Amino acid sequence: MSKKQKWEYSPALEGTDHIQLKKQYDLFINGKFTPGAEGKYFSTVNPANEEKIAEVAEANQKDINFAVESAQKAYDNTWSKMPGKERGKYIFRIARLLQERAREFSVIETIDGGKPIRESRDVDIPLASAHFFYYAGWADKLEYAFPGKQANSLGVTGQIIPWNFPLLMASWKIAPALATGNTVVLKPAETTPLTAMKLAEIIQEADLPPGVVNIVTGAGDTGKAIVNHPDIKKIAFTGSTEVGKYIMKSIAGTDKKYTLELGGKAANIIFEDASIDQAVEGIINSIFFNQGHVCCAGSRLYVQESVAEEVIQKLRNRMSSLIVGNPLDKNTDIGAINSKMQLDKIKMYVDLGKEEGGNIYQPSCSLPKKGFWHAPTIFTDVSQSNRIIQEEIFGPVLGIQTFRTVDEVIAKANNTAYGLSGGVWTDKGSKIFKVTKDIRAGVIWANTFNKFDPASPFGGYKESGVGSEGGIEGLRGYLDLA
Amino acid sequence: MSNRINIQKTYKLYIDGKFPRTESGRYIKWMNKDKSTIINICRGSRKDFRNAIVSARKALSGWSARTAYNRAQILYRIGEMLEGRREQFMAELILQGSSKKDAENEINQSIDCLIYYAGWADKYQQIFSRVNPVSQAYFNFTISEPTGVVSAIAPNDSSLLGLVSIISPVIAGGNTIVILASEKLPICSISFGEVLHTSDVPGGVVNILTGEKTELIEHFSTHMDVNAIIYCGENKDEQKLIETNASLNLKHVVHYKNKKWALENSHSPYHILNTQETKTTWHPIGI
Repeated sequence: MSKKQKWEYSPALEGTDHIQLKKQYDLFINGKFTPGAEGKYFSTVNPANEEKIAEVAEANQKDINFAVESAQKAYDNTWSKMPGKERGKYIFRIARLLQERAREFSVIETIDGGKPIRESRDVDIPLASAHFFYYAGWADKLEYAFPGKQANSLGVTGQIIPWNFPLLMASWKIAPALATGNTVVLKPAETTPLTAMKLAEIIQEADLPPGVVNIVTGAGDTGKAIVNHPDIKKIAFTGSTEVGKYIMKSIAGTDKKYTLELGGKAANIIFEDASIDQAVEGIINSIFFNQGHVCCAGSRLYVQESVAEEVIQKLRNRMSSLIVGNPLDKNTDIGAINSKMQLDKIKMYVDLGKEEGGNIYQPSCSLPKKGFWHAPTIFTDVSQSNRIIQEEIFGPVLGIQTFRTVDEVIAKANNTAYGLSGGVWTDKGSKIFKVTKDIRAGVIWANTFNKFDPASPFGGYKESGVGSEGGIEGLRGYLDLA
Repeated sequence: MSNRINIQKTYKLYIDGKFPRTESGRYIKWMNKDKSTIINICRGSRKDFRNAIVSARKALSGWSARTAYNRAQILYRIGEMLEGRREQFMAELILQGSSKKDAENEINQSIDCLIYYAGWADKYQQIFSRVNPVSQAYFNFTISEPTGVVSAIAPNDSSLLGLVSIISPVIAGGNTIVILASEKLPICSISFGEVLHTSDVPGGVVNILTGEKTELIEHFSTHMDVNAIIYCGENKDEQKLIETNASLNLKHVVHYKNKKWALENSHSPYHILNTQETKTTWHPIGI
């Protein structure tokens, strides 16, 4: 079949008439929406068409002081004194309200961040409410989580989250903090603040005591003010390794606790005895899910030499059927790149990959004129020392290498400063256990990739982070175990 | 009464299962209270530390692959060996200023500490691992794995017990360690190396240095092939220095502050957990 005869899908657009968005969002402090002290606002744009969606307030030091004060008061007067059973009910409420308004949140997430509606609808929002539901139940059961220890809350926690899974990251942070009896000052990323502000509305509706959760918008300086605030007892950060190191350095000597979920450069390993078609689908999911804006993305592919040709050919075929375009279209596989800045970074790496001698392949796909877009991209003929193999690109760009033996591929997989995740594809059970044991990373997917669940801990080895989120482990960073 | 001249012991370092002198050739003059005994302690250098890290890294894969039962037996064996050399440690602790009763207590507690963690070596995994009930058809489980190579600044005010309390949970959990002995009370530390050496602990799993903390703390915390650092102490400047340097490669920092290792409840499986990583594995359930 020639290209001209190729069947096209008719557009299947998700409706946007049912969502409620204000033109302007203030800071959410002490249970109320309050303008920032300086009265400054910044715009958040839809990366799929570069149109402004809304304005959000920029929080400065004064605003952060006010938020921390409110959180401290709420901690001292209400939240730390409330029985866990009652605390839990508030968190359950948030989970339920999110479920009820899931479609609205999905659409807003997609408009604000550029991810396909299929992903925000099926992954981000359901998982976000599931996190609240899971941790709500822990609030009155903490004595069972850590045998032999008494679990004490910390106080005010400062939380800084990234733009790749905005609401999901907010729930990863807020839900365990509340369940363990702490109060929260959270800063969403500056390019994706809207679902967090909508979550603030839900928190208001749920009638949470004022000050228990405060949501403040802004960029790096706002984040710094949170990190350095002396009354904050714990910092939870998800983002780049560079910023993670900066945070660790900033709070050195302060006795603040910290959880850092940082970058990754995961190895996805395909053995010759894998189910090849399944593995190819797995590769697509590992690197093109959420435009590759995933810290645990399988951005380094290792294919056993004997099947390399077949796997790469099938991968190319599959890539040619990926639909890149309007994130609100239910058929879309790859949405918009989150920001101009990120797009420039991805392009820089793709150019670098070519300069380093890599062999690039991109399927022919027409990208929309307006907005930020990048075609799915793979590189072959790359080596361990190439920068596109060593550094996190955070985009739909995959580097492919081959291997012969198990020991060789384990050595290659571990030859990185990161250690967040990994993948292995084989039909041999004992090989799975061997490889998943030997990869130095916190989450390993065997014959699957990029799966998440509130009951499942997530966290990195080496320079991918400190501490875990999710599951029982996710409670530990918010507690003082006496 | 004989006129026999005693043979005095040369105190060296313990690196890679061997007892080298410091490569720097430097020494620290150590004296007991009444200055009747003078010992030249090795003043370990950056190079000694780096050599120790190389051997700790080399030993890691083998040690972490040992079965839990085997690690448990080796920890128990260290306890046995220490029990057998109690007289030597009594003499050294008394030389360092302990009363006879305190020295005896310290040795008893050190042995008990080893036996305690010997018992945990094949059990903490069962306490801290789990199968997670995820909402899709996957078998999902979480286990503990050793963080890797650990550097440690031992407590300054406890000679043997402090050293043993730090080393035991780290190696019970499959890590390897380079530890700086108490600067004030260094005498027992190298003798403890001799105990380790006769206890089937593979070379490189535990490396013991003596020297000046102010000189070595920088290297212990900046080395890029160290995965975690343990600091025992209350000095705010040292804490800040360690945490700042640890951020270079995101070393985990374990800080034991005002810890009284002689107290009944001072040991805990959570100390093992302090140098463990959490690994979660997903596998589909289906045909």
